[in-house]
Amino acid sequence: MRKIWDIHGGIHPNENKTQSLSEPILPSAIPPYLYVPLSQHIGAAAKPIVQVGDKVLKGQTIASANAAVSVPVHAPSSGTVFAIENKTVPHPSGIDDLCIVIETDGLDQWRERKAVQDFNLFNDDELLSIIRNAGIAGMGGAGFPAAIKLKSSDSKPIDTLIMNGTECEPYITADHSLMLEQANDIATGLAILAKIIKPKTILFGIEDNKLDVVSGIEAALNRIDFSAHSGCTTDVRVVTFPTKYPSGGEKQLIEILTGKQVPSRGLPADIGIVCHNIGTAVAIKEAVCLDQPLISRITTVTGEAVNRPRNYHVLIGTPVSFLLEQSQYQADLNNRLIMGGPMMGFALADISAPIIKTSNCILAPTEAELPTPPPAQACIRCGMCAEACPASLLPQQLYWFSQGKELEKLEQHNIADCIECGACSYVCPSNIPLVQYYRASKTDIKQREIDHHNAELAKRRFDARQDRLIRLEQEKNAAKQARQAARKKTSPPNEKLPTASASAANADAPATTVKAEHDATVKAAIERTKIKKATLSAATDDPVARAQAKREAQLAQDQSDPEAKLRRALESAQQRLEKLQVKLAAAKDSDDPNVNILEAGLEKAQSKLLSSQQALDDYKNASLSND
Amino acid sequence: MALMRVTSPHTHNRQTTGQVMQLVLLATLPGVLALTFAFGWGTLINIFLAVIFAIALEACALKLRKRPIKFYLNDYTAIVTAVLLAIALPPYSSWWVILVGIFFSIIVAKQLYGGLGYNPFNPAMVGYVALLISFPVAMTAWPAPIHLTPDAVSIPNLFDALLIALTLVERPMIDGFTMATPLDLVRQNDSLLLNDLMNEYPQFGRWSGSGWEWANLAFLAGGLFLLQRKIFTWHTPVSMLLAIVIMSALFYDGGSSASAGSPLFHLLGGATMFGAWFIATDPVSSAVSNKGRIIYGAGIGVLTFIIRKWGNYPDAVAFAVLLMNFSAPLIDHYTQTKPYGHNNSK
Repeated sequence: MRKIWDIHGGIHPNENKTQSLSEPILPSAIPPYLYVPLSQHIGAAAKPIVQVGDKVLKGQTIASANAAVSVPVHAPSSGTVFAIENKTVPHPSGIDDLCIVIETDGLDQWRERKAVQDFNLFNDDELLSIIRNAGIAGMGGAGFPAAIKLKSSDSKPIDTLIMNGTECEPYITADHSLMLEQANDIATGLAILAKIIKPKTILFGIEDNKLDVVSGIEAALNRIDFSAHSGCTTDVRVVTFPTKYPSGGEKQLIEILTGKQVPSRGLPADIGIVCHNIGTAVAIKEAVCLDQPLISRITTVTGEAVNRPRNYHVLIGTPVSFLLEQSQYQADLNNRLIMGGPMMGFALADISAPIIKTSNCILAPTEAELPTPPPAQACIRCGMCAEACPASLLPQQLYWFSQGKELEKLEQHNIADCIECGACSYVCPSNIPLVQYYRASKTDIKQREIDHHNAELAKRRFDARQDRLIRLEQEKNAAKQARQAARKKTSPPNEKLPTASASAANADAPATTVKAEHDATVKAAIERTKIKKATLSAATDDPVARAQAKREAQLAQDQSDPEAKLRRALESAQQRLEKLQVKLAAAKDSDDPNVNILEAGLEKAQSKLLSSQQALDDYKNASLSND
Repeated sequence: MALMRVTSPHTHNRQTTGQVMQLVLLATLPGVLALTFAFGWGTLINIFLAVIFAIALEACALKLRKRPIKFYLNDYTAIVTAVLLAIALPPYSSWWVILVGIFFSIIVAKQLYGGLGYNPFNPAMVGYVALLISFPVAMTAWPAPIHLTPDAVSIPNLFDALLIALTLVERPMIDGFTMATPLDLVRQNDSLLLNDLMNEYPQFGRWSGSGWEWANLAFLAGGLFLLQRKIFTWHTPVSMLLAIVIMSALFYDGGSSASAGSPLFHLLGGATMFGAWFIATDPVSSAVSNKGRIIYGAGIGVLTFIIRKWGNYPDAVAFAVLLMNFSAPLIDHYTQTKPYGHNNSK
């Protein structure tokens, strides 16, 4: 017998598995409407490629993978696309998400399929693309795209492939019944996995509460020459180990079977291990050998509020309510409806939510079965949670820091390593919903990281703007100096500038010449303004550019309308004068020593006002006489 | 029925804090019986009065703090605190001694810090130390074991014991009634070999104090019961007892007149077992990780011995526990557990 290891902590809740195992797997009926969510996996949602009103066949791709980490979605049965809209989806927060609604025609007519006898006809890349195109995401619960997990990496060679047949959650028997009834499919799927991964060791992990499946699995595995498929000597072992929750967690199972621990924040591949659920193996077998994409799964329907607990072979998108009815659901007895098991499942907000690729169980308990949790008492730090924690954390300390929102302390106490298995809450004598605190704190930490990231971006933007402003200023100064230098070089001191001479000429020239010249200037200015506006409107998001544009426009306007310029000068002189008068009055009231300076300033401003008034009048007279 | 929206897990082992505390109370029973056999009804009267005062004061405090009274009384922690303090007090303590002690335990050490779970110090030991410092005479008047009491002194029956505690009757001949405890005798001894000392004074029993040794064994039994029920882990009590054994072995020096007493004498003397299994294991005020609890327990053991040998008080467990309560946050800081996936990192 192969050596097995023990994990820290763990609990032994009532298993409640026999109820749903009394009858074989039953194919569920086809519901009138299927609600197929576009996001049933980890990664980007799939993108619809059908239109409302399209006829679809069973197995036809209706949404394609939209990113590297994504999988496509297929029509679970034949019919018509009825709508593509937001519907309730199975999610802990009870959100709506985009679903393709198919009105089924009851014919359940397949698209064309190409079944193959021997999967060795395909090479590894073809197998990977079949698995990816079949929309296979981990069936154990997380829903990670299977093809990505299978992609080999030279830097991380895999020597051990683990088949997870643990199913440690109470009540759930989907994997158990699958192992009982479809051992050969599991073995074939495993052979395909072995061909792709080429592991030296294959460990098939089963908890010892399912010993009835072991002989069937071993017989099925013995029929297959794994070494031939993997191309190396492959040792295949079925390993049973004591029942304890959460042995089926990927990290926990790896430690039980190999004694190794997956590094924190790392992947099993980092230690040469890859772990797949048996449901995934069956889905892979069906995709490769039968050309059937992932459109159905085994789901346990159980709990004391259903009269016929059992496992169903159910189409993805089937409403939970439709499934429950087949098990004679008694809604008035049901206190909460759980998708998944009692330890890690989430309460459904809406009974019409559909079954998705990761829905391994629908649990409809009565109040007596899973009572409403009593109000939480104070934490007495008894440490039972720390004894139960499979991640060897200190849940009581995490709870303390979580209450105080001490995020640094939480990170220091490795809250990131919490797998949210719920063992701590299960044993807590004070009934504290510990996992809920940790989830909230993890979200707070994530939010803080996003905030930090955004703040960092904003700071970088600000710094870049400051740099740009300084650079523009320097460029302006450099240009100014260059102009001055050029002016010094080209014009000897005694020679007048061209513009000055022109204005001098204006004064003496006859009125008609002035007008002609003036018109020409105006036209040129208008042209310049137009060009400026056109170029600047393209870059109006830069405040500096905007300010420059305004100034240029003003200058252009001044040139086209000298009267306006003069008037503005007059106005500003008036304003300055008024301001100075107010200031002077105030200074006089308070015996300010600066009164003299202010009085001088006032006189200056008055003379300026007069001169600008004069200039305006002169111009008006000139233009009048011109007309 | 409307569907409930709650987060996982949806199931619970249905053990409550109240049940945990009831188990602790049950586990004190052998020790309480042993004390009663050895020293008379006084311990039971102590417990009776302490529990009444504790419930009353806890209810008052909850009322003032506008907390639901029944909900918090149901956690049984006030009763546990009362019983533990009552066991630590000399039998036949006066009602006002008990009341003051309970006041310090429940009001000062617990409720003023925010109630259950927020007290940095062990409430029962705070009450005990407050009394020891305030009323040293009353606190050191420990009655002699019944079988050593002179015939002239009649042992009070249950009703008389109640009257004594309520100070409605005179305490019977205090000098004949009380005796120096074995721990006192060993500390004060500087002329006799340990064996001679034990032969000279009848207070000594087979291994330790007469009466005391059986009470200690009874508390050990209660503690093992709680350990078996997984109410606490072995780390704190075992490391505390081990530390006491090691320290007393180091300073035993073969039983000379300067000897501090044999390891067995210390293990079964005074409040050693009661302290190890019922006081040091108080989770609220102790260190949290198993490694931390080993250090915490060992600290209590070492301090207990040091205070017994060189200190000035009749027993040292209370001071040792309070001093280690101070250190618990520091210990926690340096004894964090290594979570899954952190072991194979360099």
